[in-house]
Amino acid sequence: MSEIIVEGRNIVRDYHVRGGVFGKARTIHAVKGVSFKVEKGKTLAIVGESGCGKSTLARIITLIDEATAGELLIEGQKVDIARQRLTPELRRKVQIVFQNPYGSLNPRQKIGDVLQEPLIINTDKGAEERRELAMRMLKKVGLGHEHFNRYPHMFSGGQRQRIAIARALMLNPSLLVLDEPVSALDLSVQAQVLNLLADLQEEFGLTYVFISHDLSVVRYIADEVMVMYFGEAVEYGSRDEVFSNPQHSYTKTLFAATPRADVESIRARLARRRAA
Amino acid sequence: MPLLEIENLVVEFQTASGPFRAVDGVSLAVSEREVLAIVGESGSGKSVSMLAVMGLLPWTAKVSADKMTFQGRDLLALSPAQRREIIGKDMAMIFQEPMASLNPCFTVGFQIEEVLKEHLGLDRKARRARANELLRLVGIPDPEQRLSSYPHQMSGGQCQRVMIAVALACNPKLLIADEPTTALDVTIQKQILDLLMRLQAEHGMALIMITHNMGVVAETADRVIVQYKGRKMEEADVLSLFENPKSNYTRALLSALPENATGDRLPTIGDFMIEAEAATAVKTPIMEPPV
Amino acid sequence: MATQTVSAEPVSLDPSRRARLAEFWYYFSENRGAVIGLAVFLILVALAILAPVIAPHAPNAQYRDAVLLPPFWAEGGRAAYALGTDAVGRDMLSRLLYGARFSLFIGIVVTTLALTGGIVVGVIAGYVGGWIDTAIMRVMDIILAFPSLLLALVLVAVLGPGLTNAMIAIALVLQPHFVRLTRAAVMSEKNREYVVAARVAGAGPMRLMFRTILPNCMAPLIVQATLSFSNAILDAAALGFLGMGAQPPTPEWGTMLAEAREFILRAWWVVTFPGLAILITVLAINLMGDGLRDALDPKLKRS
Repeated sequence: MSEIIVEGRNIVRDYHVRGGVFGKARTIHAVKGVSFKVEKGKTLAIVGESGCGKSTLARIITLIDEATAGELLIEGQKVDIARQRLTPELRRKVQIVFQNPYGSLNPRQKIGDVLQEPLIINTDKGAEERRELAMRMLKKVGLGHEHFNRYPHMFSGGQRQRIAIARALMLNPSLLVLDEPVSALDLSVQAQVLNLLADLQEEFGLTYVFISHDLSVVRYIADEVMVMYFGEAVEYGSRDEVFSNPQHSYTKTLFAATPRADVESIRARLARRRAA
Repeated sequence: MPLLEIENLVVEFQTASGPFRAVDGVSLAVSEREVLAIVGESGSGKSVSMLAVMGLLPWTAKVSADKMTFQGRDLLALSPAQRREIIGKDMAMIFQEPMASLNPCFTVGFQIEEVLKEHLGLDRKARRARANELLRLVGIPDPEQRLSSYPHQMSGGQCQRVMIAVALACNPKLLIADEPTTALDVTIQKQILDLLMRLQAEHGMALIMITHNMGVVAETADRVIVQYKGRKMEEADVLSLFENPKSNYTRALLSALPENATGDRLPTIGDFMIEAEAATAVKTPIMEPPV
Repeated sequence: MATQTVSAEPVSLDPSRRARLAEFWYYFSENRGAVIGLAVFLILVALAILAPVIAPHAPNAQYRDAVLLPPFWAEGGRAAYALGTDAVGRDMLSRLLYGARFSLFIGIVVTTLALTGGIVVGVIAGYVGGWIDTAIMRVMDIILAFPSLLLALVLVAVLGPGLTNAMIAIALVLQPHFVRLTRAAVMSEKNREYVVAARVAGAGPMRLMFRTILPNCMAPLIVQATLSFSNAILDAAALGFLGMGAQPPTPEWGTMLAEAREFILRAWWVVTFPGLAILITVLAINLMGDGLRDALDPKLKRS
């Protein structure tokens, strides 16, 4: 069994909503005791609909927010950002790519600076070396050196997502959290970005936590699948297990709701329509 | 005679960097009781052409067409007042963002009744009854109470149902749905699509479904138009489009679906578009803010 | 496809800055008033800089043979004193030219003071939030609750009259506007994903506040700064008129008005020309500010 990169044990996250003058304070349980484990080089997909807590979980794994309870282990090391200061060592191990490529890049920052920022903050590399590294990463994600001095608004959605991926990889992380990385993209661009992610995973031995609501994408990219519903992991297993033999009724509903684009189902639908 | 007939529609926008052609010579026709899907990616002009039909484009847009008729009436020759009589009554539209399409300041009931008052001139009591009936029709539980709630008190799926109720208020002949389920979860998407298809069949209206999702096309359409960069790439009935796509672009779209993946890699559009097509595509400017 | 579109463009090293400037000018120049304002402002700046060269006389030189002379076109005017002289025989034109220096100086210093102070306080209030935010904003509310000129007067009375103290007082009075604007902009920007992305890259609070968030809040601040510029000139003139600003014989426009008060009926030119100068300057800068708003605000929405 190969190295475990990230492990969550019974992770809980509660939000306290302060009551107003008249309202009562409430507690919202966004994540209710979720456990998972991802091996090096594998992809765990977390599937669910809006409000199921998958993005909250992503923020906890990326060490942006702390968990209310439970343990998070990164490369076997226990991490608790509520109690200890986040070291640059730890920071560089986990990186994230967000869903919205239009919001995740600073509009006043040139692409070159976007890529160099993590290096400036976390390393003491010289300006020349930083530039070199950023340029190399830009080429790796399929952009050219002519893009180095441009601002984000000059790029299409797919290109911006490539830049966001390049930024996440600048610190050589071992774990990359992908929060709906392709759901804001057009179909043909989505295919390109998925291919890029597959290539990068192979080249750098990356481990992915892939958050998505799109089952067809998950089926394509995941090794293991976790289905979340109202903060709970209702289904967790290998991709083939989950897709061929879903256990939980919610998973079944989810599969049934996904539109089918194969010729057989279209024929069946047209036949029903004619009969009606 | 087709319900809506458009020939050679061209829409141009004036921008800081010169005119930009968003729709370039699109022709289409929809007959009564037909479900037509217009598929395309962003920048394909699929929404713009329908907004042009509705007359909802900003003043920077220049619309021209050889022919644009609805029930035999020439839409281009209508005065704005005459046009308003048709829009919302015989021809209605629903949009992608249900939350943003409803006015947050007014109750759901008020917004439905407003349409009824404007187009049908019903009295207060009849309006209330009809609004109630409409909410029941679109499957909102406890409609009597829901009429007095505000949009922010409802979920996205419910807001979209209300939007559909507003659109259906005057029994339109044609309903244009612009990405009606893109902002919704899959399970809610399924419910809304089922609802739309049921209403379409029951009311015998024509439906134009604008979408980028091939799955939605497969689940709803009779006939499909594929658009790319403002041009029509292909028009076919739904079965032959999926079974035997004629244009390279359609083929590329279908094979880019992750569920159709055969090997390790997803085919991308570059693997399909022949040089000449790609070259013409590059020449059209991308729709982005002027720099 | 878009990938190919962009890579097909010719390679250029830094096309963005010039393109942005061109875009800025496109929107700015659509507002004709703004362009006129800009032109007038530039002329004023040039006149102020070149005052020692073009002014026919020294600003404080008194010509005993030419007391209260009317402008040259009026009866009794002399060509040597183009806009006439004041009660102690100083050339009005020269004083107005030197006065432009003072007004622009006041505008720049006050705006810079208020802007920097307002930005620092506002960014902290917006970013940190909590009781610090509440405390800062209540203090700002208190300052805003006073009529601005009255507060400035009180401050000058405490600090002692003089141009420097007047500028400090005006800067303090103008500052809350900047604090409010900055705070609002920071609060809307701080939850954007690019800020979270910078945090994930390891950026500390200082870097997040001033390098990541602040540049994205500048557009409304620049507009407010131009408007404050004219406010500062106006307030300084008012303080000068009340004898609390620049002290005579400084050729400051407001002070000039104050000195000329008793001659309003006898010599219209001693009050009219400083007044006109203030009016034109403030009007030009306000017009310019409108144009800046047009040019910068849509930019905010698009990016």
